[in-house]
Amino acid sequence: MSAPAAPARAPRTAAVAHRGDAKWGWLMAGPAIVLVITFLIAPFVMAFWLSLTNARLISPNAPEFTGADNFTRLLGVQLLTLDPERDAAGAIVLDEAGAPSYPSIRSFTRNKETFPQYAGMQEWFTVGLGDTRHVVLASDTVFMKSLVNTIAFAIVIVPLQSAFGLLLALLVNRRTRGVNAFRTIYFIPVVMSMVVISILWKFLYSPNEGMVNSFFSAITLGAFQPVDWLGNPTTALPAVMFMSMWQAVGFHMIIWLSGLQTIPPELYEAAGLDGAGRVAAFRNVTWPGLRNTSVFILITITIAAFGLFTQIDVMTRGGPLDATSTVVYQAVQQGFRTQDMGYGAAISVVFFVLVLIVALIQRRLTREARG
Amino acid sequence: MSRMQRRVQQGDERVFLSLRAVLMIGLAILFLFPIVFMFVASFKTDETELLTSVRSVEAFLPVGQLGLENYQGVFDRVPAPQFIFNSLITTFATVILGLIVNSMAGFALSRLHWRGRDGVLTVIIATLIVPFETIAIPLLFVVIRLPWIWFSPETGLQLEWGWLNTYHVQVLPFVVNAFSIFLFVQYFKSLPIDFDEAARVDGASWFAIYRRVILPLSGPVIATVAILTFLPMWNAYLWPLMVTQTEAIRPVMVGLQYFFQLNVAWGEIMAYLSLITVPVLVLFLLLQRAFVESIAASGVKG
Amino acid sequence: MHGSRRWARAAVVAATTALVAGSLVGTAANAQEPKTIGLWTHSAGNPAEMENIEKWIGEFNASQSDWKIEIQAFPQGAYNETVVAAALSDSLPCILDVDGPFVPNWAWAGYLKELNVPAETADQFFDSVKGIWDGKLYAMGQFDAAVAIFALKSDLESLGIRVPTLDEPWTLDEFNAALEAYKASGKFEHALDLGTAWTGEWFPYGFSPLLQSFGGDLIDRSSYTTAEGALNGDAAIAWGEWWQSLFANGYAPGTSQSGADRDSGFVDRRYGMSWNGVWAATPALEKFGDDLVFLPAPDLGTGSKIGGASWQWAVSSTCDTPEAGDAWINFILDPARVAAISDAQTTIPASDAARALTTKFVEGGPLAIFYDLSKAQAVIRPPTPAYATIAKVFEKAAADIANGADVAATLDAAVDEIDADLAANDNYGF
Repeated sequence: MSAPAAPARAPRTAAVAHRGDAKWGWLMAGPAIVLVITFLIAPFVMAFWLSLTNARLISPNAPEFTGADNFTRLLGVQLLTLDPERDAAGAIVLDEAGAPSYPSIRSFTRNKETFPQYAGMQEWFTVGLGDTRHVVLASDTVFMKSLVNTIAFAIVIVPLQSAFGLLLALLVNRRTRGVNAFRTIYFIPVVMSMVVISILWKFLYSPNEGMVNSFFSAITLGAFQPVDWLGNPTTALPAVMFMSMWQAVGFHMIIWLSGLQTIPPELYEAAGLDGAGRVAAFRNVTWPGLRNTSVFILITITIAAFGLFTQIDVMTRGGPLDATSTVVYQAVQQGFRTQDMGYGAAISVVFFVLVLIVALIQRRLTREARG
Repeated sequence: MSRMQRRVQQGDERVFLSLRAVLMIGLAILFLFPIVFMFVASFKTDETELLTSVRSVEAFLPVGQLGLENYQGVFDRVPAPQFIFNSLITTFATVILGLIVNSMAGFALSRLHWRGRDGVLTVIIATLIVPFETIAIPLLFVVIRLPWIWFSPETGLQLEWGWLNTYHVQVLPFVVNAFSIFLFVQYFKSLPIDFDEAARVDGASWFAIYRRVILPLSGPVIATVAILTFLPMWNAYLWPLMVTQTEAIRPVMVGLQYFFQLNVAWGEIMAYLSLITVPVLVLFLLLQRAFVESIAASGVKG
Repeated sequence: MHGSRRWARAAVVAATTALVAGSLVGTAANAQEPKTIGLWTHSAGNPAEMENIEKWIGEFNASQSDWKIEIQAFPQGAYNETVVAAALSDSLPCILDVDGPFVPNWAWAGYLKELNVPAETADQFFDSVKGIWDGKLYAMGQFDAAVAIFALKSDLESLGIRVPTLDEPWTLDEFNAALEAYKASGKFEHALDLGTAWTGEWFPYGFSPLLQSFGGDLIDRSSYTTAEGALNGDAAIAWGEWWQSLFANGYAPGTSQSGADRDSGFVDRRYGMSWNGVWAATPALEKFGDDLVFLPAPDLGTGSKIGGASWQWAVSSTCDTPEAGDAWINFILDPARVAAISDAQTTIPASDAARALTTKFVEGGPLAIFYDLSKAQAVIRPPTPAYATIAKVFEKAAADIANGADVAATLDAAVDEIDADLAANDNYGF
């Protein structure tokens, strides 16, 4: 074959080769498309429809179309402004502790006749400005807290787990004997069932003399005061975060590792000759080489973090005081366990919208970062 | 570089390496300790002793009364071999069907040119954001209305409505996996295209190219997808709990519930957990190398 | 016609399973053979209970030639989910057992069929084991469960605490003083183990009677159309404040208690007393012998109350041979069988006739006190289809209050949720 003919031939070959691709494309992707439609898209569309009804899981009554009712109940928020109580002379009434006293929130929320707009709502949080209190009421405070917890979980876990995974990958990224054993050990929790792991960690976190407390007490020579890790609203979510990271980080270690192994060793040699230190080598060679890997890791951890469910269901059931309740947990709790299928579906829909927004933002950011 | 400087550098290096070793061992302990506890506890036959040991380092040591009674208890309480068999059937069926369906889709979505391709790929990738728990109930409504055709020598072809209480209801909804398709697409994109286009011009069908040319080159990504399908299937819990009604098809994780009766036998629980964890660990140890290498080859590289 | 289709379906399911499993068993249906009747129970993993049920099935099948019962056992933790899924797809078996308080929910949803049990049989049993909805009997239980305070006589003596009796239980003040005395002794991690590690049905079963003893309730039982006033009235708020104080004062371990601590804490002497069910009595009795006493629930204002209703047997509405189901239920209500299961799994025989045949609960028996407790104090959970929701709402409210939530606001929220559920279901026909 003569050299000049080659450039002209390639496009022609491609054109011939791809004649009839449409038939083959639909045929070969067909089974996957049929299964996706049946088992993912159909239920997904059904969830949207259910969210607009009052359908019950079990009921002799036919479901009725209720429009946006579920969403108003789910997302309803009102601001209530409370001024301190004043006596006849207009002076602020002080309670025993000397603080201004306020009318109770209950006097508004349990008073349907005078304040229909507050009926059925609860205090979500309160901001005090001067003597005035601004109370944010929500019609489903548990859901609001679950939303905040889910987002907080993702915000903490995404950077921490990525960084921890990278640290592990850097540690085991060598071809010496024995390193393989460490890779395997770090990966073991990934292959175990989350149900099993949650049962084990509930043991470890147990108050008083659980293993975690015993450990801290031993290394501080007894100075450490035992913590009720899962029973205290401030430590419960961090405790779940830690065990979740412990379980999943091995997977991300492997992905980082695969990224590291695609960086040509010559680049390090070149950097080494320049006398660059470890930190500089990391900054100038390793990190730029991991850009695509990091996008992949970011997305997989984000998706997993938003779907947080099993650990919560087994270890804390959303408690204490909703400190660990999440959106998916609420969807299951409402839609299945209290049989309010329409409402559970509405929670799922809000969840889809939330994750979609996050995914689009991430896409935007990672595109910009890539230039 | 003076000898002095070099010695300082070597000293630094030594400190760095030993710090690194300490760190690696410390982390290994962190990742292993709950699992060691599980295995050790499964041999402790005195329930009170087991529960008391949790408070000290004894939790990790084979001390006190040891024996296989907990394992005996497991077999008395649940048909463990049946459950393990069921899980193996559903898991392997899903892995094999998943490899076929997802790799074909990945092939069509990466190496063929057709209208609608990008749309299909986008929709499939978008399903990644749907956690199973949020669609479990609508899915239940779908599967109880689906038909199933099967054949037996005595009765011939049979049509049956509703999928509950079968192996296939545990398998088919999980065959397609957006993540698997994504991995196949990435991997197939990285293979050179000239060869299969040439084969195509020579008259080979796309399916023949997929089977004879592409699949033989895809060992690493197949290993990855196999492991990533195996794990969630082996550990499946919520769905089988809803759809299985007989012990003949019940998987291992639902079997775990047998132990949470009014008087919980923790030693037996640990024995059962050990029993159902071992197969996965063994599988992982066998496939470990292929798995690590394959992720590197699966297109998440730099 | 419907019947033959169901029969074909059962054969098909069996054949599919056999086929896939690689077995070559044929399933030729012979008209002369007895008809197969499905039976579901929640007892998988509970050998004592399974052994008895399987034995009765053998006896039942041998006693007549029309029907042959086949058992499917489920683990308790997965049972309700499985039944709901099966009901949605019309694949319930003929006979199934049901957790008592859920009977009205399932009957209302149309899953259950009214039972045909002769009045003279039913009358012999406690009211708490009858699953009644809309005036009709949908389920019958052989046994009930009861809760008591497990304590050691020697502890009570050394701490100078009066031993309460059925006729003269502790008052609220006495109970609080006892808790304080246990705490002050410094011998225990906690004075009282409430079992907060047990999630799910234990919360409404174990703790709502305390609320009722204060004078509150889960729902207004005069109308069954609202929880307002019952669950957030003054009595309920008083209960909530007291309930919270149990945890705030460190008397009881909180909701993070691990299951293992619940199982071993009292026997290990880390907890002074334990609020626990009759089923846990045997291990404790083995460990402490005569020193162990079972104390009745305290009278917190309106008398001592404990929960009633345990697992009960019912017949599904899709069953086309309900007479087989009725026959089975009448068969197992036989006093000897009731006595056997009660002794085997340590639950309370629900009739006087059966009691006399037991070894554990017979007058003067080691656990006789539980029989008296059950008879004297049992209150059933509200017999309304709303109970499925009420149970979850109460569990969450009790856990939140234990963890320090504002009592009134939490109970208000619980009332709103229950009332919303009632409104969404047209008050379930009340």
